[in-house]
Amino acid sequence: MMETVKLNIDNREVEVQKGTTILKAAKELGIEIPTLCYMHLHDLNIENKPGGCRICVAEVQGRRNLAPTCSTKCEEGMVVKTHTTRVLNARRTVMEFILSDHPKDCLICPKSGTCELQDMAHRLGIREIPGQEYAEVSTYRKDTSPSIIRELDKCIMCRRCETMCNDVQTVGALSAINRGFMATVAPAFEQNLEHSTCTYCGQCVAVCPTGALTEVNHVPQVLRALADPSKTVIVQTAPAVRAALGEEFGMPAGTLVTGKMAAALRSLGFDYVFDTDFAADLTIMEEGTELLDRLGRHLKGDSSARIPILTSCCPGWVNFFEHYFPDLKDVPSTAKSPQQMFGAIAKTYFADKIGVNRKDLVVVSIMPCLAKKYECQRDEFSVDNNPDVDFSISTRELATFIKQANIDLNNLQDEDFDAPLGESTGAGVIFGATGGVIEAACRTAYELYTGKKLERLDFTELRGMEGVREATLDFDGTPIRIGIAHGLGNARKLLDDVRSGTSTFHAIEVMACPGGCIGGGGQPLHHGNSDIIKARATAIYAEDRKKPLRKSHENPFIIKLYEEFLGKPNSEKAHHLLHTHYFDKKKKIIVKQ
Amino acid sequence: MSTIKIELREQDVAKIREICASFNNDPQELINVLHKCQQHFGYLPAEVQEVVSAELTVPVAKIYGVVTFYSFFTMTPKGKYPVSICMGTACYVRGAEKVLDEFRKELGIQVGETTKDGKFSLSSLRCVGACGLAPVVLVGEKTYGRVAPDDVKGILKDYEQ
Repeated sequence: MMETVKLNIDNREVEVQKGTTILKAAKELGIEIPTLCYMHLHDLNIENKPGGCRICVAEVQGRRNLAPTCSTKCEEGMVVKTHTTRVLNARRTVMEFILSDHPKDCLICPKSGTCELQDMAHRLGIREIPGQEYAEVSTYRKDTSPSIIRELDKCIMCRRCETMCNDVQTVGALSAINRGFMATVAPAFEQNLEHSTCTYCGQCVAVCPTGALTEVNHVPQVLRALADPSKTVIVQTAPAVRAALGEEFGMPAGTLVTGKMAAALRSLGFDYVFDTDFAADLTIMEEGTELLDRLGRHLKGDSSARIPILTSCCPGWVNFFEHYFPDLKDVPSTAKSPQQMFGAIAKTYFADKIGVNRKDLVVVSIMPCLAKKYECQRDEFSVDNNPDVDFSISTRELATFIKQANIDLNNLQDEDFDAPLGESTGAGVIFGATGGVIEAACRTAYELYTGKKLERLDFTELRGMEGVREATLDFDGTPIRIGIAHGLGNARKLLDDVRSGTSTFHAIEVMACPGGCIGGGGQPLHHGNSDIIKARATAIYAEDRKKPLRKSHENPFIIKLYEEFLGKPNSEKAHHLLHTHYFDKKKKIIVKQ
Repeated sequence: MSTIKIELREQDVAKIREICASFNNDPQELINVLHKCQQHFGYLPAEVQEVVSAELTVPVAKIYGVVTFYSFFTMTPKGKYPVSICMGTACYVRGAEKVLDEFRKELGIQVGETTKDGKFSLSSLRCVGACGLAPVVLVGEKTYGRVAPDDVKGILKDYEQ
């Protein structure tokens, strides 16, 4: 039996569990106290409540100061008023102080329209900032990395990014530093993000309430390529994009816009509209074959076969293990991510097919992800300085691109992807949700391993939102143990077990972002509402069920690709084009000899 | 922020490890560990923070956050003769800022910095409890009272050899 306390908020009685904050108690009564720095990610059980911004203050009878409700616990008999004149004046004054040290170039800020600070100024009716002419304004250099821009003049020290980077992702690239006006959030020694342990997962960008953390915008480069008549420009779209893009156009979360998205891309001027899902099917062929090879040798007692095999589609995850687990870099699959497999095939097989030199072929990817921007710039993914994937833009960037072009997404007629790199199975689609890659791999691996037809395609035991999941699948008498982690903090738990030799899994899927790609750092902002992520997952699985083919190895264009070009999975040519290697990025301590 | 690049010697790394071990490599003891490290090295260069990070499994960004938060910690080595100017209320109203400006000019460094020859470092502090002597300047353990900007050259001369 939990102990409870009774209190009075705005003349209404409420009884809550001991330890509940005033903010949450008020919420139970339907009173929404405005908050700014506060963030609550229910499914992750993560709360950011530094009590720093003081927007959420309320009057507590008998208390001299106003109380920050996000971090003040309810007490028996408390009398709270959340909208007295004193409270409203205090909130406005706090907001004026925050804004006095904030740039006023909202019109041209990348966050304009989706900025929580802007919304709060609007909600509190701020129309002037008294004393602005005397206010000290802090400035900080701008830091541009391959994926993320830090513009800390716009930081309001809510420290949400720090919570994501440290508590959720355990990356530890960002921390609050300095004091007073010099206070900001930065990597160690204020080095650039590029030189820190940042994985570019983009979860900091996803929660930043202002324009302090944003993605590098690649839309202008894409526009330039589209305007260049000497270039053939093709586009690939990741599975998670279709399940979220609609939100930017006012559609409810979980609306699938696959056909409208294809139509919009064609209307933007792309010469071929393809699908990363095709490359996802290809990934399953390569990764699945590697899995069966390693698993087969392991089950026969070959101790040189590294088990478990780890998925390698997620570039944030790849960066993470290169920084933190370089000693295990032979454990993940060597298969490239779908984005990079697509690029490699597009600039060889497809370029030859249409008779275009790879230098005149521009490959653009639409990704739910910011780490993909960095991934496509990796040296090993280019040939003679020509990258396999030229530009990667996020779901959010695509949305602004479509709006700029005056395309009414809502009223577009559905169109199909182009052949041959636009054809995919349901297995490719579910890559977008946590557990999806390993489910897709198991659909193919089961049939190849047992030689039997898989009757039940939905491995529901692999689905869900728990941070770490495990399941044992029956491969016709052979139990196959699967581990799944999403969020890098959860991945770290499974990796620690692999390092210490206590892991009992045969295969592990890791996605850097909570929820998988559908919760990626490049997706429409969900402001901590995990129902949105769940709705996107439902949409992904619905698309899978609609597909006539749901197993990667049954994709006729994949079969043709192997017949015409690659030979068979893990062939020498496939290895050359579709596999990669990893680097040790762990920071070394240099000792003078 | 400019950081000085140094290379640690093997015995330096061993010393940091020893300090961390004396606190059972407990991340909660970070401030105490940094305290001891600064006592030993005189300051906390990035490389020292990186070893502490590895030993305590605390991200180095967090350690840097702590080092920059507390004014006690410093990432630049103090000079042989640390110069501190009191900026407490009494000293301030009696012209401490002008004295500080003169030291800045004479030494060619800002507060928190050290001269290239490593001889002098400059810092400001709040009230040394000698308000009757305001404005007060400390050089190492020695106290100078009722300092005027014109006295600065003479004070520095005491440490010339």
